[in-house]
Amino acid sequence: MTTREPGQPRSDRSPWNWLLVLPIALPLMTFLFNADEPRLLGFPLFYWLQIAFIAVGVACTTIVYRMTR
Amino acid sequence: MSLHMTEIVIFTVLFLAVSGMGFVAARWRRPTDLASLHEWGLGGRNFGSWITWFLIGGDLYTAYTFVAVPALLFGAGAAGFFAVPYTVITYPIVFLVMIRLWSVSHVHRLVTPADFVRARFGSPTLALLVAITGIVATMPYIALQLVGIEAVLKTMGVAGSGFLSDLPLIVAFVILAAYTYQSGLRAPALIAFVKDVLIYLVILVAIVYIPARLGGWGAIFDGAKAKFEATPAPNDGYLLNANNQLQYVTLALGSALALFLYPHSVTGVLASRNRDVIKRNMSALPAYSLLLALIALLGYMAISAGVKPIGKDVNTVVPQLFDQMFPDWFTGIAFAAVGIGALVPAAIMSIAAANLFTRNIYREYVNRTPTDAQEAKVSKVTSLVVKIGAVLFILLIDPQFSIDLQLIGGVMILQTLPSVALGLFTRWFHRAGLIAGWVAGMGGGLLMLYSITNPATNHAHFGGSAFPLANLGLDTKITVYAGFLALLLNLAVAVIGTLVARAAKAPDGPDATRPGDYTADEGDPQVRDVNLSGST
Repeated sequence: MTTREPGQPRSDRSPWNWLLVLPIALPLMTFLFNADEPRLLGFPLFYWLQIAFIAVGVACTTIVYRMTR
Repeated sequence: MSLHMTEIVIFTVLFLAVSGMGFVAARWRRPTDLASLHEWGLGGRNFGSWITWFLIGGDLYTAYTFVAVPALLFGAGAAGFFAVPYTVITYPIVFLVMIRLWSVSHVHRLVTPADFVRARFGSPTLALLVAITGIVATMPYIALQLVGIEAVLKTMGVAGSGFLSDLPLIVAFVILAAYTYQSGLRAPALIAFVKDVLIYLVILVAIVYIPARLGGWGAIFDGAKAKFEATPAPNDGYLLNANNQLQYVTLALGSALALFLYPHSVTGVLASRNRDVIKRNMSALPAYSLLLALIALLGYMAISAGVKPIGKDVNTVVPQLFDQMFPDWFTGIAFAAVGIGALVPAAIMSIAAANLFTRNIYREYVNRTPTDAQEAKVSKVTSLVVKIGAVLFILLIDPQFSIDLQLIGGVMILQTLPSVALGLFTRWFHRAGLIAGWVAGMGGGLLMLYSITNPATNHAHFGGSAFPLANLGLDTKITVYAGFLALLLNLAVAVIGTLVARAAKAPDGPDATRPGDYTADEGDPQVRDVNLSGST
C-alpha cells in the first residue's frame, strides 16, 4: 500500500488473494476427514484433521496479509 | 449449598473485580468528550491490533458458545463439531470484505451496517429492514448469554426456582447495564483481556488434567463412540453419516457467512484503527478457533466422566464436568471465566443493537438532525432497554424459546448478505430487487424452520436448522441448513427483481459512495455527514 504512486488509487486486487480459497474449500470437503483412522495422539482423523485446518487458515491469511501489505 | 462455598466466593470476587474495571474503562484512553456514538459506541474508532483481537475474540466466542457447543457434542456427536470448520472458513471469507466496510464507514463516518446500506442504495426502507433484522437477530443472542451464566449458577446451587433464586442473575445484569451505560464500548474492550486470560487458563488446564484422569484422549473418543452406537437416534454419532454431511457443510458455510453480518461483529470491526489492524486480526483470530475446538471436546470428556445434566438442561454439562473434576478453588475460577465471558459479548451486542436503533430508526424517523450528544444519549438509554428486555425474556419465558429464536436469528441475519456484503462490491442490484429478495429469503427461511420437527426436544415446529429435503417432496433423507437454502432463494429473487425493476425503469436510489471510498485508509479525508436528503 505504501509503494503506490501518488494520485493512483489504492487497490485490493492481488493474485495472492486466491490463496484464501484453500482454507475455505478444505474444511467443506467432508470426504477428506469423515473417518476414524488414522488416529493421532488418540484423536480420530475427523477431529485432528479439522483442527489442523485451523493452521492452514492461519498460514494462508497470514501470507496474504504479508504479501498485500 | 454450603458444598459450593469456595466456588461461590471465588466467582463473586472475580466477577466484582471485573465489574470495577468496567466502570474505570470510561477513563481508559480517555477522549475529550464521550458524548458521541464514535466515542461511546465505537471506542473512538481507534483500537489497535491487540485490543481488537481481544475485543472481537471476546465478542464472537461467547459464553453461550462455550457452554452450548460442548453440549451439542455431548448430545449429538460429530454434527456439533461444525463450529470448528465454521470459524475456520469465516476469516478467509471476510478478509477482503471487512476492510472495504471499514474503509467506506471511515470515509462516511458510518456506525452500523444499515448506515452503509442507506448510503449505498439510497433506500431508507432497505436500511430499515437491515436494521430491524439486526436488532431482532441480536436480542435473543443477548438473552442466551444469560443462559451461560445461569448454567454456572445452577451448578453452584444458587439458581433453582422461585423469584429470589433469579436474584444473582438480575444483579449480574444490572451491574453489566450500569457500566456499559457509563463506559460504552471501552468497557467490554478492557474486560475482554481478563476474560480471555481466564478462559485460556481454564481450557489449557482442562485439556491436560481431565484426559489424564479419564485415561487419555483415545479412551475419551472410544467412550463417545460407544455411547452413540448404543442410541437408536439416526443422526447422532461420533462421525458424520450419509444424510447429515450436506447439513454439516451448509451449516458451517452459512454460519460463516452470517457471522460478520451480525451487528456486534461489525461494531468490533469498525472500532479498529485502520485496515492493517483488521487484516492482521483475520489471521490472528483463528487462535480462538483452536480454543473452541478444545472446548467442544469437553462434551466428549463429559460423556466419559459419566456427567449427568441438571434436569433436562444439557447446557449444564460443562459446568457439571468442571465441578466433578476440578478442586473447588479452580472450579470457582472456571465458573468466573464463563460468567465474565458472558459479559463481554452481552455488552457489545447491546451497544450494537442500540446503535442500530439510534442511527437507523431514531435518526431516520424521529429526529433527522440530532447532535452527537443526542445520538449518544439515545443509544445509552436504548442499550439499557435492550438489556432489560433480555433479562425479562429469560426470566419470564422458557429459555428454550431464546435458543429457538437465536437459531432463527442466524437464518434471518443471513438475509442481509446481498445488500450488506455484496453491496460492498457491486452496485448492480436495484433497491427494489434487494427488498424483494429479503422478503422472499425471510419468508422462505421462516417457513422452512417452521416445518422442521424434532421429537427429541418435543418440537412440532422450529425443531432445528436441518431442513429435510423430503419436505420438498424429494425422495431422500438428506438434510440441508435452512438458512443456506433461504439465502439462495433471496439471491435468485434479488437478481430477477433487479432485472424486472430495470426493465420497468423503476427509479433507483442515489449512491452516496464513490469507488475510492472502499479502499480508503487511516489519514484519508472523511466526509463528515452522509447526505440523507435524497428521499425514498
